[in-house]
Amino acid sequence: MALLELRGLNKHFGGLHVTNSVDLVLEAGEIHCLIGPNGAGKSTLFRLILGEHHPGSGDILFAGENITALKPFARIHRGLSVKFQVPGVFKGLSVRQNLEIALQRTHRSVELAREIDRLLTFLNLEAEQMQTAGNLSHGQKQWLEIGMAISLKPQLLLLDEPTAGMSPEETHQTGEMVQRLNADGMTVLAIEHDMAFVRQVAQRVTVLHLGQVFAQGSIDEIVADERVAAIYLGQAHA
Amino acid sequence: MNGLPGFLRRLEGPQTVGRGPAFWITFAIVFAIACAYPLFSDGYTVGNTVYFFVWVFIALSLCVIWGYGGSLSFGQTAFFGIAGYSYGILTLNFGSAYGFTLVALVLAVVIAALFALLLGYFMFFGRIAGVFLGIVTLAVTLMLERFMAQTAGPEWRIGAARLNGFNGMSAMPPLTIPWSGGDIVLLADIGLYYAVLGLLLLVYLGLRILMNSSFGNVIVAIRENPERAEMLGYDVRKYQLITFVIGAALAGISGVLYTAWGQYITPSSMGMTAAALPLIWVAVGGRSDLTSTVIGTLVVLAAFQALTIYGSQYALVFMGVLLVLTVLIAPNGLVLGAMNLISRLVARRSKGDV
Repeated sequence: MALLELRGLNKHFGGLHVTNSVDLVLEAGEIHCLIGPNGAGKSTLFRLILGEHHPGSGDILFAGENITALKPFARIHRGLSVKFQVPGVFKGLSVRQNLEIALQRTHRSVELAREIDRLLTFLNLEAEQMQTAGNLSHGQKQWLEIGMAISLKPQLLLLDEPTAGMSPEETHQTGEMVQRLNADGMTVLAIEHDMAFVRQVAQRVTVLHLGQVFAQGSIDEIVADERVAAIYLGQAHA
Repeated sequence: MNGLPGFLRRLEGPQTVGRGPAFWITFAIVFAIACAYPLFSDGYTVGNTVYFFVWVFIALSLCVIWGYGGSLSFGQTAFFGIAGYSYGILTLNFGSAYGFTLVALVLAVVIAALFALLLGYFMFFGRIAGVFLGIVTLAVTLMLERFMAQTAGPEWRIGAARLNGFNGMSAMPPLTIPWSGGDIVLLADIGLYYAVLGLLLLVYLGLRILMNSSFGNVIVAIRENPERAEMLGYDVRKYQLITFVIGAALAGISGVLYTAWGQYITPSSMGMTAAALPLIWVAVGGRSDLTSTVIGTLVVLAAFQALTIYGSQYALVFMGVLLVLTVLIAPNGLVLGAMNLISRLVARRSKGDV
């Protein structure tokens, strides 16, 4: 069953056609990676799915419902959640308060405190819970934001470069966590440049190039595709 | 504090400085001194102290909107003026019998809040943010000042109340509490002092609870990162609008109390100087904390008045210098900086004991 369906999505910024007739179907329960050279329109596609940008034309269907006209917060209520590319934690607040803000919409009092503690353990941030989130290391900030995003128990988790700035070990751990969440039934769509991560988690890969879906398939099919190699190399030689 | 009902536990929390017995004992002592103070002073000085207290509400309004919410409103004086004029118009028309002045107080604050609802709706749902919010709110208060200043003619009247242009309205009745043994008129001395002190206590404690509640959490989250807050499922603009309306109501309380205190209100109460001064009090005290805002406002106001008496026109220049120094030395506010230092020292000492 399709959880997310993009139909003929178009977005222009002035004369720039950043999203060009994108059709994409995300099956419930899969881990799908979105790759492509810089400027391919990956982050813009995320913003369209989240409702921060509005498409010039096309439709976005989530769990069978057309959500194209919904405001971002309403899409979150439907079961979407996101971790941004630049860590979007509340820098001036404590780690614990960050999680409390994420969880308080759905949890109350004792249950809320218990859920925060559970997440702190899961994220390995118990010792840092009273620290100001702005003082965390880059990797810890990434984890905290992932924690906030998954605390909403979304049906679909959007991850924009979840492992950016992480060490190989941290990247691998993040991959394992994504697989654990997926095993519990969460569908994941991730933008990622780290091919080791993509190889570790992706069940399907979509390549975006100049705003269009360029290729789609398993990671092995994508790696074997000479045209895909060409656009990356072309980028490198430019 | 586990024995207390849930909402009272919110008196302490991450959004307010001051916790534990030491803070609340100090608080109780300060409040007791404030209660006893009129017994050792004369009516004029007490009346002057009320004048200081009156301004604390508008300072708290900026603290909530700007310090906690992160939206700089330069026009809190607009709501101050609207509520002040509303109180004057209502009481000059309907008098003070049967406790109507208290009804007028509430109505005037509601009128200011409704105006903020309308203005805030267009601003926040029109995605006006940052410095532009300050520009729009400043423009609104300056326009109101201009408008009221040209209402000198006899055609500018609402019922029995003449608006009187630049000279402003005067001779409205002071706040009056209906009582079986004869009405209690709260003139600008001891009577009004206790009424305003009581209101200040309620508002201060109420705001502490509000800011440490889940609502307050969302407000500071929006200040820190509005995009993240929206992507956790919060309707950011709705929360900003509610905060703005609460702030307007607080500024309105100041406006009504000021009008009832001096029995006059003029357009200059919505002018440039009037709009800028609360920003300085709040910035110097520490905009992101209620207690710092209250202390900072009272201290700066007292200093400003002393300077006005002895140094006349240099007082305003001094305020500018004070603001620049604050921004350079303690951007989060001098009082807040000092309080954080004290709590760190106390924490270190108690750690040393263990």
